[in-house]
Amino acid sequence: MGEKVLMKGAEAIAEAAIRAGCMAFFGYPITPQNETPEYFSRRMPELGRVFLQAESEVASINMVYGAACTGTRVITTSSSPGISLMQEGFSYIANSNVPCVVVNAMRGGPGLGDIAPAQADYFQATKGGGHGDYHSIVLAPHTIQETADLMFDAFDLADKYRIMVVVLVDGLMGQMMEPVEFKEWVDVSKFKTPEWATVGQGDRKERNIITSLEILPEGLEKMNLALQEKYKKIKENEVRLEEYEMDDAEYALTAFGTVARIAKTVVDMARADGIKLGLIRPITVWPFPEKEIAKRAEQVKFFFDVEMNEGQMLEDVKLAVNGKKPVHYYGRLGGVVPTAEEIYGEFKKLLGGKE
Amino acid sequence: MQKGVVIAGFGGQGVMLAGELLAEAGKDEEKFVTFLPSYGPEMRGGTANCDVIISDKPIASPVIGRPEAAIIMNLPSLDKFEPLMKENGLLILNKTLIPREVKRKDVRVLQIDAQTVARELGNEKVTNMILLGAYAEIEKPVKLESLKKALKHFLTGKKEKLIPINEKALEKGAEIAREFLGGK
Repeated sequence: MGEKVLMKGAEAIAEAAIRAGCMAFFGYPITPQNETPEYFSRRMPELGRVFLQAESEVASINMVYGAACTGTRVITTSSSPGISLMQEGFSYIANSNVPCVVVNAMRGGPGLGDIAPAQADYFQATKGGGHGDYHSIVLAPHTIQETADLMFDAFDLADKYRIMVVVLVDGLMGQMMEPVEFKEWVDVSKFKTPEWATVGQGDRKERNIITSLEILPEGLEKMNLALQEKYKKIKENEVRLEEYEMDDAEYALTAFGTVARIAKTVVDMARADGIKLGLIRPITVWPFPEKEIAKRAEQVKFFFDVEMNEGQMLEDVKLAVNGKKPVHYYGRLGGVVPTAEEIYGEFKKLLGGKE
Repeated sequence: MQKGVVIAGFGGQGVMLAGELLAEAGKDEEKFVTFLPSYGPEMRGGTANCDVIISDKPIASPVIGRPEAAIIMNLPSLDKFEPLMKENGLLILNKTLIPREVKRKDVRVLQIDAQTVARELGNEKVTNMILLGAYAEIEKPVKLESLKKALKHFLTGKKEKLIPINEKALEKGAEIAREFLGGK
């Protein structure tokens, strides 16, 4: 680790990706994350790596797909409407089993919406988004430091499982500056072309083929079952979460990303008033920490889910709690960021003057 | 300790620079810091503002909804932020461009004819630093010395020669603030 620098989230994403060995960026600009492609456009040519501004998001994601087929560390970054345009490509990438990283700096929707921070793409990111039975690993950092750290993990997980990894942030994380310390550079000279990569037959007996097409239903079912097998392994091994003040908690907040950092302050406020509130913060929103939340359902009186959407992660929390305890929800829509005071006020309403 | 400030004015008045300088100084003091620029669809010349928070503890939301302090560099910004100020909040105003009085009676107000003072120092562009120096002296989110040191991160190359005048402006702002505090 080096010196702390003050950096915008959108820039820290690019710097961390470059240090993690990202060799190619393809993308199309969109607010509130334009500083990411801008940063790549300056640094990638200096390092002899690829920066390409495509003619559209559809072109970008298919360029990513192509580069991913060669086993190269590749990325695209965008924001909600741009990510919607890429969904077909995501689905192809999923069934082709190729690794790549996608950053979504979510903004207010639906439609063209606004450019303010939101979390309304949770469903799209965690439930597939494109067609077919597939998932991507979805990481949801809550500070710029964590975002920079997770960029390294995103590329490692993508390579490990030959899967698309989404780093799900929002416009606030993209635009704000915080001190950040970057991990050491990954030595790209040690990268080896994977066995499966489509880079020419060479000395191999058979040529590699990467496709998401299988015209025979039985064959396609086999491909699907293999995917599901992979997802099972990921669910068993890659769940990450942070539990804050949960040891003796009687009530649990659930939140991810920007809202989770605000929720930590809500926990501190409650604790100062002698109320035993804790926070469960999924870091991987897919795979979702179902078991961990189910366990806490034995302990707490109720859950209080807070999001900048109409209650999307709420569904996963409810599935995990499985009716054992009440799950309440509060959220703001359209790009409005709730304050700690506001969330604490809503929480106290739920207590109903019992404390 | 947690101090938050909104800095607001026209694009080009050095609103973002003042905010980034404050954040950088906080970072150099090993504090938790967030800097959030307004990023509306407006282009050059429109109003600009940023939220800066400096704290001993991790910062929850970088958004300041109800400011405890604000550095206001033009009239539209006063119109926008005056109603949002917390009770007993601190308004530091660039009197040169703000012809009206503050309507609220429950806030602290320091009016500085900052552009005139800056011109007398030799460069009208350091208006932002006079106001920032005054803020730092009153609220003490960081040491004045840290602000001066942080200037070198921003004024590099050809602009390096502007460091002394910016330092002077920070000091001048602090001096005005001390008079303000003493006069109470």
